[in-house]
Amino acid sequence: MNIDMQTYLIYLLVMAGVTLFLRAVPFILLRKKLKSVFWSSFLAYVPYTVLSAMTVPAIFFATDSRITGGCALLAAVVASLLGGGLVTVAAVSCLTVLGVDGLLLVL
Amino acid sequence: MKFSEGVKDGLPIGLGYFAVSFSFGIAGSNFLSWPLVTLISMTNLTSAGQFAGLQIMTDAAGTFIEMALATFFINLRYSLMAISLSQKVSPNFGTGKRLLLATGITDEIFAVAMSKKCVNPIYFFGLMTLPYIGWSSGTAVGAICGEILPAMVTNALGVALYGMFVAIVVPQMKVHKPTLFAVAIAIALSCAFKFIPAFSCVSVGFAIIICALVASLVAAALFPIKNLDADDEESAECKGAGK
Repeated sequence: MNIDMQTYLIYLLVMAGVTLFLRAVPFILLRKKLKSVFWSSFLAYVPYTVLSAMTVPAIFFATDSRITGGCALLAAVVASLLGGGLVTVAAVSCLTVLGVDGLLLVL
Repeated sequence: MKFSEGVKDGLPIGLGYFAVSFSFGIAGSNFLSWPLVTLISMTNLTSAGQFAGLQIMTDAAGTFIEMALATFFINLRYSLMAISLSQKVSPNFGTGKRLLLATGITDEIFAVAMSKKCVNPIYFFGLMTLPYIGWSSGTAVGAICGEILPAMVTNALGVALYGMFVAIVVPQMKVHKPTLFAVAIAIALSCAFKFIPAFSCVSVGFAIIICALVASLVAAALFPIKNLDADDEESAECKGAGK
């Protein structure tokens, strides 16, 4: 351990406090259904645009090499197109990294 | 919508979280004792935010202001999600319940909740239960025994989170072409932020928000989803749940 307990606790409080604030305040304040088709469409697209922006290109840098990261993305998309659920697709992408890593070791 | 239905829907997320938080536990155990690492997961329930927070916490030059700002920008997307989710919840979702259950607004829990017609508090509580347990226990296990695992395995676990993201996005892209369009814009922008040097000063958290905002705005303008709330039967079901 390289930080003292008090510093840790302040950091923890700041982190957890800011995070809860960001989640709870909009959730509590918005009570009415939006009437606008535009804004409700916008909000319907949000989950998918957030997740895809977080995945690409970050997945290429999530492992030791861009090759395994790229293969993991490809495998995940294929597994998902074939109807795999959350766990299946996550497992397939992890196993792909292991497999490609192993293959690169052999070659 | 019952508690048990939520638990059932949350099971795959919980399993995935266990694997992902495992790598957080390993990263944290280099600097902190395992109870302290686990406490971060139990109080935050975020992925990228926690990794960044850990970095700042263990960096000698890190400051509390830096922690607050980094957490704010990386996690600002949760505000966007909270706004979306507020459009889906049943009328009996009161202020106290919203405050308590807001912790459950994570990327995956949010995405699953949004796929439901209507979300009541007890279902949402069920939905977040296993992911919360998986995220906390995975961190603890990773911090305690992560070093036993070969580097090749921990390296492979690094993509688990992204695998889950893909599993949420791709099925929707398959059935709804405008989503494919929105996703393409988001990815193009996200790559621009990563690879164009002029944009490198923008933090990762802020870049994600800009990508999501622009892509969702353009898609909503070009391809508004008209029948989103037209389903009176579904709306009635949601209202009924509150009585």
